[in-house]
Amino acid sequence: MISTPKRTAVHPLERRIILKHADDPTYDASIACYERHGGYAELRKAIGELTPEAICQEVMDSQVRGRGGAGFPAGMKWKFLDRKSGKPIYLICNADESEPGTFKDRQIIHKDPHQLIEGMMISAFAVQARQAFIYIREEMPHGAQILESAIEEARARGFVGENILGSGYSCDLVVHRGAAAYICGEETGLIESLEGKRAYPRIKPPYFPAALGLYMCPTVVNNVETLCNVKHIVAMGGKAYAEIGRPGNTGTRIWCLSGMVRNPGYYELENGRHTYGDLIHKMGGGLLEGRYLQAVIPGGSSAKVWRAGERFTGKLKNGEAFDWGIEDVPLDFDGPMAAGSMSGSGAVIVIDNTVDIVEVLANINAFYAHESCGQCTPCREGSLWMKKITTRMANGGARKEDADLLASIGDQIAGRTICAHGEACAWPTQSFVAKFRDKFEAKAEADPEALRTRAFRMV
Amino acid sequence: MPFELTEQTLAEIDRLIPRYPQKRSALMMILHAIQKEKGYLSLESQEWVAEKLELTPIQVREVVTFYPFYREHPIGKRLIRVCRTLSCALNGSYQICDHFKKEFDVELNAVSSDGRVTIEFAECLASCGTAPVAMVDDDLFENLDESKVKALCAEIRAATPATPVEREALAMEEPKQKN
Ligand SMILES: Cc1cc2nc3c(=O)[nH]c(=O)nc-3n(C[C@H](O)[C@H](O)[C@H](O)COP(=O)(O)O)c2cc1C
Ligand code: SF4
Ligand code: FES
Repeated sequence: MISTPKRTAVHPLERRIILKHADDPTYDASIACYERHGGYAELRKAIGELTPEAICQEVMDSQVRGRGGAGFPAGMKWKFLDRKSGKPIYLICNADESEPGTFKDRQIIHKDPHQLIEGMMISAFAVQARQAFIYIREEMPHGAQILESAIEEARARGFVGENILGSGYSCDLVVHRGAAAYICGEETGLIESLEGKRAYPRIKPPYFPAALGLYMCPTVVNNVETLCNVKHIVAMGGKAYAEIGRPGNTGTRIWCLSGMVRNPGYYELENGRHTYGDLIHKMGGGLLEGRYLQAVIPGGSSAKVWRAGERFTGKLKNGEAFDWGIEDVPLDFDGPMAAGSMSGSGAVIVIDNTVDIVEVLANINAFYAHESCGQCTPCREGSLWMKKITTRMANGGARKEDADLLASIGDQIAGRTICAHGEACAWPTQSFVAKFRDKFEAKAEADPEALRTRAFRMV
Repeated sequence: MPFELTEQTLAEIDRLIPRYPQKRSALMMILHAIQKEKGYLSLESQEWVAEKLELTPIQVREVVTFYPFYREHPIGKRLIRVCRTLSCALNGSYQICDHFKKEFDVELNAVSSDGRVTIEFAECLASCGTAPVAMVDDDLFENLDESKVKALCAEIRAATPATPVEREALAMEEPKQKN
């Protein structure tokens, strides 16, 4: 039996492209259903009518940015591939989906696996990959099975494997399962893991996947949602795709809303047309009865936190001045960036006034301390200290100097590590302490007994 | 007793290796296949894999000990993993975990005395929109509350025969968590 994540109603403000069929009760994961809805037409078009260079150009023109976290333009990433080396090129789909708060790739994999396979085979053809892989986290065993069966169906129809659609181009697609380590989401850690080793991220430079990736060969690593977009770029044409959203923030994005809201869930929205306020209040139904907003984490737990009531001011790239509250920040890549944080993996976590913000940070810190791969001293030791200090604070052992101590540890990690896990673990502590310093300092005055014996715990 | 695998697992392993350009890449998938059959990865099984892939035993063991999902010791018949990460914690996952522990009268990372379960905390299971969530073996259970946990535990008990565990065996080795 394969469990499907629950289907949810489509909100009228959504613009569904990637999740167009995901919540249609008559839609299923079979290739017959996919083809009935026009599936694999774009792969036929790509292989039958377009050259690899032309597809790469369409992706470039689309300005589509990576949906996995960093928001790097996919067309540019593909262009950086070292094609002169003569080594085989590999394509990897990052389906590790492990940034806390993120649950969008799960919907695609479970409900519309062929869309991912089609997006991947078009991408593989475009970069002329020798072989393609889907690295899926261990905690999605049914997802892995669904993909395996879907790939077999696609292989039988000539979309995957030898001599695809009679074109002479061959590319196999292999599902590889992780084993519950977050760091496998980091692309070079993922590559090491796929090589059968510990997921120790590699240092860049020199190990940019575009030149020295899997087996030291040029490699493209893209997120599930990014690769699905390629199908729609081929369908519409890159320039037409770029009309969706706003310049530099093209297409739609699947936002994952969770935490303390009435209607948590995933919402696919045209970039730049809506705000965090719309997501939390209109789509998310706002906060629970009688509660008010304390904080928002705008892009996965490593994104810098926003405190309710703070204002963001500055100038946009086009010179226009802005003065936003949290509710006004545009939902896209550049909006949260202008407001001092990031859209990251599209995971928005809402925190209301009823929880202890210090304990929220302690919970986040426990995650990063558990997930550090241990290669770099600042990340390995720092993440553990930050966890220990915030846990002690939440449990009634806070000291006056803790806020300064935490800030100084955070400041000594970011920028001093092999991979961005250093930033990912430092940013929460740095931003929580900076924005909620009063609450961190007040902790030393709190009644230790009451904290020790509290009923609701998050660490 | 020599280390043996079922025909089915052996066939699975032989199917996995040629999928990769380099044999070593098949390591994680082979470990999954063996852990699925045996429940854990003994040193003998690791040596067997090393030989199969022409690796040194430590090249296998460093992988087994790095990834939280691989285990070197047996656990309960069913594995319950409760998500403890932020969106679930905000929605009461620590309490949910306490309910599971109470149902089977067992601490985290140990085997219940009826041998039925091991309960662990998991990190974000990528289902935060339906928090709090937990996995029982391969299945995900969403929007948990006390009554759902009770019903789920009753199902587990009904489907899983008890095999009381010796007290000594209950004293588990150090859990793999680094901290
Ligand atoms: C610590 C860490 C964890 C990451 N986890 C994920 C992940 O779970 N999924 C993902 O797609 N990208 C993740 N990334 C980003 C990847 O390294 C990589 O940038 C991304 O997969 C590229 O795909 P994109 O350009 O399509 O976004 C992570 C990065 C870091 C530093
Ligand atoms: S920053 Fe952390 S996770 Fe990244 S390589 Fe260093 S120790 Fe490992
Ligand atoms: S926090 Fe529990 S599933 Fe994400």
